Amino acid sequence: MNPTPEITPADECQIHPLSGAAARPGRLLSAPLAAEVSATLAAGPDGGAAVRAVDLRVPLLEKNDILAERNRGYFLGRGLVALNLVSSPGSGKTTLLERTLDEFGRQTKCAVVVGDLETDNDGLRLRRAHAPVAQITTGGTCHLDASMVARGVESLDLEGVKILFIENVGNLVCPASFDLGEQVRVVLLSCTEGEDKPLKYPPIFKSANLVLLTKVDIADALGFKRDVAVENIRRIAPTARLIQLSSRSGEGVAEWLDYLRSLNPQR
Amino acid sequence: MHELGIMESAVDAALREARAHQASRIHRMVLRIGTLSGVEPDSLRFAFDVVTEGTAAAGAQLEVESVPARAWCAACAQEFGVESGFIYVCPHCGRLSGEVRQGHEMELSRLEMS
Ligand SMILES: Nc1nc2c(ncn2[C@@H]2O[C@H](COP(=O)(O)OP(=O)(O)OP(=O)(O)O)[C@@H](O)[C@H]2O)c(=O)[nH]1
Ligand SMILES: [Mg+2]
Ligand SMILES: [Zn+2]
Repeated sequence: MNPTPEITPADECQIHPLSGAAARPGRLLSAPLAAEVSATLAAGPDGGAAVRAVDLRVPLLEKNDILAERNRGYFLGRGLVALNLVSSPGSGKTTLLERTLDEFGRQTKCAVVVGDLETDNDGLRLRRAHAPVAQITTGGTCHLDASMVARGVESLDLEGVKILFIENVGNLVCPASFDLGEQVRVVLLSCTEGEDKPLKYPPIFKSANLVLLTKVDIADALGFKRDVAVENIRRIAPTARLIQLSSRSGEGVAEWLDYLRSLNPQR
Repeated sequence: MHELGIMESAVDAALREARAHQASRIHRMVLRIGTLSGVEPDSLRFAFDVVTEGTAAAGAQLEVESVPARAWCAACAQEFGVESGFIYVCPHCGRLSGEVRQGHEMELSRLEMS
């Protein structure tokens, strides 16, 4: 008995490998989690038409969760760390990744999968000779899901890649509910958005492993109170790591790069 | 918003289990749903009717057991009940906790069939 759920990838979304495309796309995903689900269902043959009761503990997973577990197994198997970067539109995800690819990506091979509703602008901004990049256009979907990421990743040559950045669609709500199989969820909050966003959009901040407070170079000019923002982040995500940085001035960028190094000691 | 997917998963699992037991009818299903899971019991019940239609679980009774949320305070080394929302403050020492011990459950916990 092998209840493999039927999984059809979203048709709407399109994958555009912009650099470092895979020589030949292939099925790269690891064994399904579905086997684990079925393992909890121990079959017991017995007769009798009387009503029988069985106590179980079957976790209820949606298709996306199952695909996310496959991605996770695949990433682990390849020895690469995947980070899912989530924020509202314009918080500075692409800018930080550009700088990261330039300053860090030359020593440690990185790849990027970037999602937007439309355009490959971000993918083109991130294109580097030393980093495979794929743009996913979701065709209207306001978040990436695990099947889109699987397809984006399949389109890339991941030889030697140690860190995979997944730049999610700019949206502070829906990506919270879609596990992509990442090991680290990074939530960005930029100083232009106001100190209260963690309290107004708690699910995404609650799910963060790392919170980046971005654009701190302009905090003072905006009258943005960093300490208030930090306190609000702490209330929602007390155990998440927190780094304050500016991709423009470079403040805090070294701390971010150290964090990346700490994820992946066997460089 | 995910209730339909969760219920599809629950009914799939129940039908598989029934088949494994050579049962042809499901009479009752019990789900355990944590209060932090974000799943609405009412929406689940609605989804149940839709998903079971035309299956061996059609007309079955659905019970949704709610699992209260509990967090852990490392400083006090004890658990405490979480009322709701996203901020978990230990009632003994006032510290914030990020460690949920219970409340995210979503599982099929019991099946009655013949
Ligand atoms: N002052 C300042 N501006 C920044 C910083 N980082 C990014 N910006 C600016 O913020 C704007 C948006 O930056 P992006 O990197 O495109 O933001 P994004 O999160 O990728 O946006 P979407 O992909 O559309 O969600 C651009 O005009 C950047 O130049 C920073 O550290 N300081
Ligand atoms: Mg961007
Ligand atoms: Zn305490």
